[in-house]
Amino acid sequence: MFRNQYDTDVTTWSPAGRLFQVEYAMEAVKQGSAAIGLRSKSHVVLACVNKSNSELSSHQKKIFKVDDHIGVAISGLTADGRVLSRYMRNECINYFYSYESQLPVGRLVVQLADKAQVCTQRSWKRPYGVGLLVGGLDESGAHLYYNCPSGNYFEYQAFAIGSRSQAAKTYLERKFETFMESSRENLIKDALFALRETLQGEKLTSSTCTIAVVGVGEAFRILDQETVQALINEFEIAGEDAPADEAAAPDPAADSESGATAADQVTPSDPDVTPMDM
Amino acid sequence: MTKQQANWSPYDNNGGTCVAIAGTDYCVIAADTRMSSGYNILTRDYSKINQLADKSVLASSGFQADVRALQKVLAAKHLQYQHQHNKQMSCPAMAQLLSNTLYYKRFFPYYAFNVLGGLDHEGKGCVFTYDAVGSYERVGYSSQGSGSTLITPFLDNQLKSPSPLLLPARDAVTPLSESEAIDLVKTCFASATERDIYTGDKLEILIMNASGIRQEYMELRKD
Repeated sequence: MFRNQYDTDVTTWSPAGRLFQVEYAMEAVKQGSAAIGLRSKSHVVLACVNKSNSELSSHQKKIFKVDDHIGVAISGLTADGRVLSRYMRNECINYFYSYESQLPVGRLVVQLADKAQVCTQRSWKRPYGVGLLVGGLDESGAHLYYNCPSGNYFEYQAFAIGSRSQAAKTYLERKFETFMESSRENLIKDALFALRETLQGEKLTSSTCTIAVVGVGEAFRILDQETVQALINEFEIAGEDAPADEAAAPDPAADSESGATAADQVTPSDPDVTPMDM
Repeated sequence: MTKQQANWSPYDNNGGTCVAIAGTDYCVIAADTRMSSGYNILTRDYSKINQLADKSVLASSGFQADVRALQKVLAAKHLQYQHQHNKQMSCPAMAQLLSNTLYYKRFFPYYAFNVLGGLDHEGKGCVFTYDAVGSYERVGYSSQGSGSTLITPFLDNQLKSPSPLLLPARDAVTPLSESEAIDLVKTCFASATERDIYTGDKLEILIMNASGIRQEYMELRKD
C-alpha cells in the first residue's frame, strides 16, 4: 500500500472522501488466514484455516461460540476478534437475562456494527482490525452476516474472508444456489471444499482446519478432529466431485459425542491448546 | 418525635421448606411446592428447585421473587464461566459463587434461604447451607425455610455423629444408601407438613448421582 498524506489518523478525510485508516483496517482482514461461512434454510457452517506461528506453537483460535444459537469466525487481528467475541457473549447473556429469550442474530450484528463505527469516529481510537463472519439461528431462520472494521455489515448466503479467500469465493459463487436446500452434511462438505480452495495445493487435514455448525435443534458446536477427519476422508477418497448423497456415518459419531456431556461446549480441535487460549 | 418508619416492605415471605442430604456417591435435594403469602396460598405447584449446572442444584425458600432474581444472576455468571473455561462449574465453585453473589447485596439482601446440593470433584455428594447474606458451610445434610425448625432436630437425631470429638474424625457425608435417604426426606416432609402451615401440597425430590439426575414427587397434605 502506498503512503498517503491523509492517513495519519482515523478522523481525517481524504479529498476523495475516504478514511484511509479504516481501509487499512480492512486490509488487515485480508491478510489474516481464511474463514468461510455458508448457510442453508436450517443450518450455518463456519470453517477456517488453522494458522500457527511455528510448528512448535498451537494454532490461534478463530471460531468462537457466542451462545447456543450464534457462533463467529474471525479473520485479521485475532486479539481484536477475541475482545469482540467477549462483547457478543455478554450481549447475549444480558439479553437473555432481561427477556428470557435468545438475542436475534440481526440485532447482535447491528450492535457489533455500531460498536465498530464508534472506532472510526474517535481520534483516540483505532478501528478493529478484524472481520467477523457471524452465523446464527433465530425465529426468522438461519443467517450468516459479515461485519467489517468499517462498521458495515451484510447478510450472505455464503462468504469467505482472509488470505486466498477469492479462490473460495469462486467455488461458493458456483454452488451457492444449492445451499438453501442443502442438507447439513452437504453444507459441511461444501465448506470443506471451499476451504481446500484456499489452501492452494496444501493437504487438507483436520489439523489444518476448524469446522463449526449451528442448526435447528443443534446448538453451536465446533466439530472435533475425528469427525472432521472422517468427513475429509470421505470426500477426498470420493474424488474431486462434490458429493450428491447423505453420509450417515460421521453423523452418529458427532451426535454421540455431543450426547455424552450434558451441555456440550466448545471443544478445542487441538489437544495442546491451553485453556486460556480464548 | 418517633422515628419515621416505612409503610411498606420490599420483602414478602412465600414460605416453604427445603432439605438436602449428601451421600457417598449421591445427593438428594427436596422442597415442597407450596407458595404462600400470609395466610393465603398463592399456588400449590411452584418449584423452589433450580439446576444451576450439571452437578449443582439449588433449592431456596423465602421470598420467591428474590429467589428467581438470584437464580437468573447465577445462570448468567455460569454461562460466562463456561465461555471462559470450556467446562461447567463444579459444585464447590458454584458454592463460592453463590456466597459471593449473596454478600454482594449485603445491604439490601436477597431474602433467600438456600441449600445447594451436588457432587464434588470426587463424585461424592456435597451439601452447602447458607444464610441470606452468603455465610456458608459444607455439611452432610441441611434444612432451610419455614419447616426447618421441625426438620433439623429430626435429621440431627437420625444422621448426626455422636460427637465432634469422636476419633477417628467422621466425614461430613452421611453413611446412608440412596433409597434410605429418599425415604428419610419423605418422612421429614410428611412430619413437617403436619405442623407447619406453610409446608404441604406436594414434595419435589431431585436425586443426583453418577448416572445423572432424576426427579420424584410425593403428595403431601393440602391443608
